[in-house]
Amino acid sequence: MTFLWAFLVGGFICALGQLLILKTNWTPARILVTFVVLGALLQVCMVFDSLKQFAGAGVTTPITGFGAGLVKGTFENIDKYGFIGIFTGGLTAMSAGIAVAIVSGLVIGMIFKSRSK
Amino acid sequence: MDRAEYAEYIKKITPKSKIWSSLLRAFIVGGLICLLGESLNALYKMWLPNYDQTQIGALVSSTLIFLAAVLTGLGVYDKIGYFAGGGSIVPITGFSNSITSAAMEFRKEGIIFGTCANMFKIAGPVIVVGVAIAMLCGLGYFIVGLFI
Repeated sequence: MTFLWAFLVGGFICALGQLLILKTNWTPARILVTFVVLGALLQVCMVFDSLKQFAGAGVTTPITGFGAGLVKGTFENIDKYGFIGIFTGGLTAMSAGIAVAIVSGLVIGMIFKSRSK
Repeated sequence: MDRAEYAEYIKKITPKSKIWSSLLRAFIVGGLICLLGESLNALYKMWLPNYDQTQIGALVSSTLIFLAAVLTGLGVYDKIGYFAGGGSIVPITGFSNSITSAAMEFRKEGIIFGTCANMFKIAGPVIVVGVAIAMLCGLGYFIVGLFI
């Protein structure tokens, strides 16, 4: 059942992004930032965890999951380590994704040339 | 004709059905990417029973990011993006695509000053804003925690 909800909720978030593109002509960077902030706010309001329970990757795969993960990691590290968690939590939680993105971007950038369209 | 008038004109001549079809395409492709994420999640859970959900989640995101980088290198992701619009930008794969395509685009200016210096041109703001907002929320959470 989670599979169906992952598809529906994930698709809905992406369609929302497309609607923003059509109505505002924002650049991809701005769209991404908007959804990261949205995810972070949903996590702060403690809505994100229940959404995750129910739609799984439908909410974590869109970039909203990145914002939510940063906030969740920060809160968890504060609970565990106190003050220092404010600074260590976010990037620790998202470290795998960022590291893989950097390394694969670098390697692919070195192997393939940009095609002109 | 100034900018506002031109925007109005474009709005008038854009058929309604075009908007719905682009929303539908974004919905389907974005949904499929999320479905792939959910499937990977189930697979990894089966293969790696010792991992907790946080680690499984990190692995799923990493896989999607890597896949998107390879597809970008092969020029496939751009084609998906042309078809899906927001459906290819909003998922974490779009984040990866923005890094890899910048890395490829600036390769001609050298690896250090081209690729390395420019790969976060689009994705950079995401990390900067994300980290800043997480720290701000964390500060609030810490202060509130002091009083309860």
